[in-house]
This record gives sequence, structure tokens and C-alpha cells, in this order.
Amino acid sequence: MNIVVCVKYVPDAQSDRTFNEADNTTDREGVEGLLSELDEYAVEEALKLAEAGEGEVTVVTVGPEQAVAAVKKALQMGADKAVHVSDEAIHGSDAAATSLILAEAVKKAAGGETPQLVLTGMSSTDGVMGVVPAMLAERLGLPQVTYASELTIDGDKVSIRRDGDAASETIESTLPALVSVTDQINEPRYPSFKGIMAAKKKPVETWTLADLGVDAGQVGLDAAWTKVTAFAKRPPREQGQLVTDEGDGGTKLAEFLSAQKFL
Amino acid sequence: MAEVLVLVDHASGKIRKATAELLTLARRLGEPSAVYVGPNAETAQVTLAKYGAHKVYVYDAADALEYLVAPQVEILTAVVEKTSPLAVLIPSNAAGKEIAARLAIRTESGVITDAVDVKPGGEGVETTQSVFAGSYSVTSTVTKGTAIVAVKPNSVAIEPAPAAGEVEKVDVTLSDAAKAVRIVESKPKAATGRPELTEAAIVVSGGRGTGGDFGPVEQFADSLGAAVGASRAAVDAGWYPHSNQVGQTGKQVSPQLYVAAGISGAIQHRAGMQTSKTIVAVNKDEEAPIFELVDFGVVGDLFTVLPQATEAVKKAKG
Repeated sequence: MNIVVCVKYVPDAQSDRTFNEADNTTDREGVEGLLSELDEYAVEEALKLAEAGEGEVTVVTVGPEQAVAAVKKALQMGADKAVHVSDEAIHGSDAAATSLILAEAVKKAAGGETPQLVLTGMSSTDGVMGVVPAMLAERLGLPQVTYASELTIDGDKVSIRRDGDAASETIESTLPALVSVTDQINEPRYPSFKGIMAAKKKPVETWTLADLGVDAGQVGLDAAWTKVTAFAKRPPREQGQLVTDEGDGGTKLAEFLSAQKFL
Repeated sequence: MAEVLVLVDHASGKIRKATAELLTLARRLGEPSAVYVGPNAETAQVTLAKYGAHKVYVYDAADALEYLVAPQVEILTAVVEKTSPLAVLIPSNAAGKEIAARLAIRTESGVITDAVDVKPGGEGVETTQSVFAGSYSVTSTVTKGTAIVAVKPNSVAIEPAPAAGEVEKVDVTLSDAAKAVRIVESKPKAATGRPELTEAAIVVSGGRGTGGDFGPVEQFADSLGAAVGASRAAVDAGWYPHSNQVGQTGKQVSPQLYVAAGISGAIQHRAGMQTSKTIVAVNKDEEAPIFELVDFGVVGDLFTVLPQATEAVKKAKG
């Protein structure tokens, strides 16, 4: 089974993330970036499926030059090959345009067809909208089987467990399908030394919009269907009162809540 | 006045609070109409009218709820094509965001998720989101098509505004594609009697410091009528269900009062609670980063502080 995993290169959540003053887009250069943590679960699940049977894992990313680091990490984990879609015209693309580029890249990566299984994380750790998997499924005309905390493939059937607020559901679809996974599904492996060395020899293809037949006018900041008009750093919270418990910490806590009219 | 659609979030006809909030917000933009998918529409209609729905578009065949997301997308697409609304407001939960996403592609419209505010703007519908773990506030405008906005719970105070709530059936035949992903089994979670995490006015969360014993956290929560949350560390350790996880990969909550007990306050957790109105923490480690956020903090053992606070709260409430 051929599996395509879509991943994203994001600014490190531990760093001071910010925006570009000029065009209100996410600053992807001033801060250290990496493979989005939530995408590691999708890569791991793909590797497990491939290891359990026949198959090949291709990772695809869309992003600026440095975004190739995201697919390289996936190759180090064990993916077979990688695709990096990079084009200046992509800068500032919204989720809808990103899903358009990804859809074409996924098809091309699978030899012009729709792959049996497209895997994604549940959301990125920067934009965190969680809409690209659903949009990609819509673009590819695939059933979407999302927020999987367990995944089973049996012949041409895929089955997942999805933990909702009110219920734990079992959800089934036929393949091909797009599946997004949560951070509950597995424990992503760390690249081994052997994996890191092997990754150096694995193929990374770099494609432009022209390679995908996507018109540059359909993507990028100017073509976005939504526009960020302003951003503002939230003022840091002023540190409040700190007390050390000397046998009356609970009482003092209740007094604070009472003074704030919570009781 | 322009029509604004609200996708109804309900359990067998019982309207969730988020729906009343969306109807309240929709009135700022235009004339609200509700889109209801599932049986028991007549029960829902009364509440929807009370909160301002002029029309209630109903798709009442039970089949729509057997499949994941896609039926709602087809039904909403049909209503959008028929009514050309100014905006569609959808609850910003897992299913809601995905419905919004597919609807956006299908109708070639801009989509915003996790909005905490929605209002009319000069160039179109204007939204506010809280991003980068709550460290930035971003204002956006939908510039294409129908504004599709997924709005977080607790974004507005509910205001009743009685309207006609005239029922209109939606005549759609679901495609085979909409029936591709079937929900074959649904095990309801045991009812705790506590409010839902994302809707609660007060949330009390426990972390690594509980050592797996959530007793004091739950008892304190119950004294306050609060929902119970958990940090990722506590969930990963198997101490509390994932559906109660507060943080980047769990729920993002924004209650009036947030109490963090035995939680250090890593960025992963802060992303889920930083926009809470009042923050209180109990932690043994006075260096814990959570104390940078608090309005009130107790440096101490949650196993002595919380039970004492619980007793004091019960006493104060009589």
C-alpha cells in the first residue's frame, strides 16, 4: 500500500513566535523551525503500517526553502522518499490554497493517481486551524476519517477510534481515504543514527507550482480568501498575589475567590 | 437584512449553549436562521426561535447523523446556495471546524476557525482569533464568498431575542460520497454530572502534581460547580481521559476562572488556558512558570491546600 503523509514545517512553539510587520504573515525566518510535532504521529503511523505489510511512505510538504527540514526529519524516522513544494508565489497562502497545492502534490507523488491512504496530523502547531485535512479530502474527493486515536486497515477497509466529548466512536470507511491522527495514536520514534545516515541517500524532489500545473494566481497572499488585517501582542498578564501555604493556603484561596465574587 | 446561517449543535433536539451564543452573535451581522440536522426538530425549534432564529431549516432524516461530517456539508451547501447568506456560523469544535473547511472549498468561501469575536467590518465580516498559545490577538476579514466562521464557545453572553422560527424543510438527497464514512459504534461516556469543559464558567485542572489522584481536584471542582481538566502529563500517564485535556493538543478553554493544581505551566498547557479571565494556581514549586500567569497563587501541596479550600468554599456557599 502506498501511503502519502502531508507534513508542515512550523516555527518552534518554544520560541517567541511572531508575525511579519510588512504583510501580517507568520514569521518563518526569524525563529527556529521544525517538523510540526503533531505531524510526527502521522509519520509514525505510516511507518508502522508500511512495516506491517508491503508499502512505501512518501512525505510531502509545502513551504519555503528551509521547510525541507520537515521532510528530512521524516526521512530520518524511516520514510522512503520526500517531496518539497517550494515556490515564491506560495508565500502568504491560506488554508484553502495550501490544500489546493497539497492535493496536486499528493496526486503527482502517487504517480498521477489518488494514493490508497493519505495521512495527516490533527492540525499544525502554528496555525492550529485543523482545516487542511478536511479541505484536502474535499479537493481529492476522498472520504475523510479524522481525529483517529487508533487506526486499523483490513483489506480495503479502514477503521478508526475517535474519542469525542460525549462518546467514543468507531468509524469506518473504504480505501482510498484520508485519515488524520491525534497525539494519542502512538509514540513517534526518534531517528536512529542509522536512520540519519540512511536519510542522506533518500530522494527529495523539489517541485514548483509549474511542476504541479497550479496557476500562481490561485495561491499566495493576494489570492487568499481571508485577510489578516491586524495583529497585536497580548499584554503580558500582571503577576498577581502569591502566598506560601503555612497551614492556611486553602482558606486564603477561598477568600480570594470570595472577594472576586466566584462564590 | 442579510441572512446569517447558524449550524445547530444539539443532542437529540436539545440545543447546546454554543448554538444560542452563535444566534446572539449572528444578530450583529444580520438576520439569523438556524440549520438543523437530525430528528426532534420540533423540540429544538422552540429554543431556536427564543434566541432569534427567523427561520429554521430542517433536514430531519435520521441518516445524516450516521455518517461523519459530509452530510452536514451537503445540507449546508444546499441552504447556502438557496439563500446566499452573508455568513455561516458554526461551533468551533472538531466536527464543526471540518464542516466549515469542506463547506469553504465547496462554496469557494473564506473560512476562519477558533474565532472569539465576530462583527461586521468595512470590507466584510471581521473576526478576532487568539493565536500562538494566546500570546497574540489577530483580526481577520473574510474577503471571498460567504464568510464561514467557526466560533469558540463562551465568546459572547447569550441574549434571548424571540423571533418567528419558521420551519422550512431542506430538500436534499444525500450523495453516496456523503455516506462513505460511517459511524458504526458509539459508546457514550459515563456522565459525570459536571459541566462540559469548553462551556464551563469555572475549570479546575490537575497535572503531574496529583500523582494520579484526582480526588482533591474533583472535589474542589464540585464545590465550585466547575468542569475538570487535566494537563497533557496527567493524560499521557493515563490518570485522566484525553477528552479532558486542556492544552494545545486538547481543549482550548477560556472560562471566567481557571484553577491549575499541580500543573507546571508548560507552553503546551498555556496554549489551552492562557485567555482565561482569572487564573489561580496551586503548586509546590514556587519557580513553576504557571505562577507567571496567575492572579492568585498558592505555593503549597495541593493535597492539603485543595481540601481546605473545598471546605471553605462549601461553608461560604452555605
